[in-house]
Amino acid sequence: MAGFKRSTAVDSHRNGTRASFDAERHRKDFPILNEKIYGKPLVYLDNAATTQKPKPVIEALSRYYSAGNANIHRGIHYLSQKATDAYDDARTTIQQFLHARDSREIVFVRGATEGINLVAQSYGRNRLTPGDEIVITGLEHHSNIVPWQMLCQQTGARLRVAPVLDNGEVSLDAYEKLLNDRTKLVSIAHVSNALGTINPAKRMIQMAHRVGAPVLLDGAQSAPHLAVDLEDLDCDFFVFSGHKMFAPTGIGVLYGKLDLLEAMPPYQGGGDMISAVSFEKTTYNKVPFKFEAGTPHIAGVIGLGRAIDYVNQIGIDSIFAYEKELLAYATEALLKIPGLRIIGTAKEKASIISFVLADVHPHDIGTILDQEGVAIRAGHHCAMPLMERFKVPATARASFAFYNTKSEIDQLVKAIHSVLEVFG
Amino acid sequence: MVSSELRELYQELILDHSKKPRNFRALADANHTAEGFNPLCGDKLKLYLKVEGDVIQDIGFEGSGCAISKASTSMMTASVKGKSVSEAERLFHEFHHMLSGNDAAKMDLSKLGKLTVFAGVSEFPVRVKCATLAWHTLKAGLESDGKVVSTEE
Ligand SMILES: Cc1ncc(COP(=O)(O)O)c(C=O)c1O
Repeated sequence: MAGFKRSTAVDSHRNGTRASFDAERHRKDFPILNEKIYGKPLVYLDNAATTQKPKPVIEALSRYYSAGNANIHRGIHYLSQKATDAYDDARTTIQQFLHARDSREIVFVRGATEGINLVAQSYGRNRLTPGDEIVITGLEHHSNIVPWQMLCQQTGARLRVAPVLDNGEVSLDAYEKLLNDRTKLVSIAHVSNALGTINPAKRMIQMAHRVGAPVLLDGAQSAPHLAVDLEDLDCDFFVFSGHKMFAPTGIGVLYGKLDLLEAMPPYQGGGDMISAVSFEKTTYNKVPFKFEAGTPHIAGVIGLGRAIDYVNQIGIDSIFAYEKELLAYATEALLKIPGLRIIGTAKEKASIISFVLADVHPHDIGTILDQEGVAIRAGHHCAMPLMERFKVPATARASFAFYNTKSEIDQLVKAIHSVLEVFG
Repeated sequence: MVSSELRELYQELILDHSKKPRNFRALADANHTAEGFNPLCGDKLKLYLKVEGDVIQDIGFEGSGCAISKASTSMMTASVKGKSVSEAERLFHEFHHMLSGNDAAKMDLSKLGKLTVFAGVSEFPVRVKCATLAWHTLKAGLESDGKVVSTEE
């Protein structure tokens, strides 16, 4: 059942009485972490790209396909009812996890990218007119840039970008100055995938609301790592991807405030999103179904629900506290390596470290680390404007999850020394 | 300890060319240019060629990239400078074959000379494009003018 286990975990840990976090125990839930890469134990530090899946999620998928597979919302037979219940339960689990008021505010989509595109096209396209402005920040992922550029082309609106400071924080002064009565939409990352910066989302949302602009918060990198309370944040839309939080690929969530969703036209047409169709006229279904045309990724939804139950059992606040420890440990260890420079030194950071190493190109770092079994990302992290901002073609990025350990960080450091050995 | 595959990939000659690339300059009197781009890792290069009759009289490049792509571009320029266009094209084919052909072992690589140091790259499939970008850009430069070549087309 979708439990509301989070609150208990939160309270006991906020008081600083946290027992030490047992990452070794949680690791046992992730079969892939036993894999050997070129004969070496896998050290998986590419969690911002996608996370690994725990046994309960893998088993939920397997159980669904081996004992519960049916289409939802349409069959009157036993299995269809069972699948529909599981699907609906997952929606409630997610609603509670995000502290949304109403489960109808949870729309299933393919991922953060589709959620953003849905808002751009369904909310933005009918509303924006030439001269209107959309505000984003300089640290956005391409998926929070390109849909708005497309919308600007379609509507004549203008894209404005709040600049990033040298430490990887968004300039709040500049952001506030960009907001005005022409601002019709603001879309910002909660956590930067490339630098790890945690934006002061609540303040930024309040600033936007002062000029009457609704805010989309891109939670792709926040939902898996820190407590998200939508009631408190008061953003108008929120998106995240299941695969970055221990669930399958191809499933994600768009949250929207009920009144906004109700006023928006459907994004796609098809089955499930209608209540009656004739050749003359079609009446659309209620939210959220209005936005869920066609047979959805039922197994994915069930897997996502299970992944969130799993996170709830550990406690998102314990996860956050532990990852913060990993971040501090890794930051200190990496900075001892000669020639290594961390890009993104914001005061508030999630467990993501982007770095460059003397003259060595990140791609070469990636290859050498890979030979040592250490998986990191090397590249522009789908944030080319941000790379340009820091005048680097690319960075190497290590991103942690709660199943990573300090000894894995030691492995990372050792592997970086191999890079220096080759390029020495 | 660094594995032997890595030693094979990052040989001295490759490291040397990546740190001190040859012909690393724009040509004021180029009559062919081409740009190469690898969006996966952000390797970018601009190639300048001065072709007279059938001969590549001069060649230079600018850009940024990983060690493999920089070394490959540097060594490509060194090996085609002064050669005829058809000789350069033959090298292109052989280089390409060495890195993508399954029968590399059976191949006669003797014509490639020093360029055989890149044979180890075939053990690293995601890096093959880093090594071949320079050659694709050369081909584009010889065939047309000012075209951007991407590894992702
Ligand atoms: C901050 C951020 N936003 C959006 C996305 C897009 O997520 P997806 O590709 O799962 O749709 C990502 C993925 O890397 C991300 O990190």
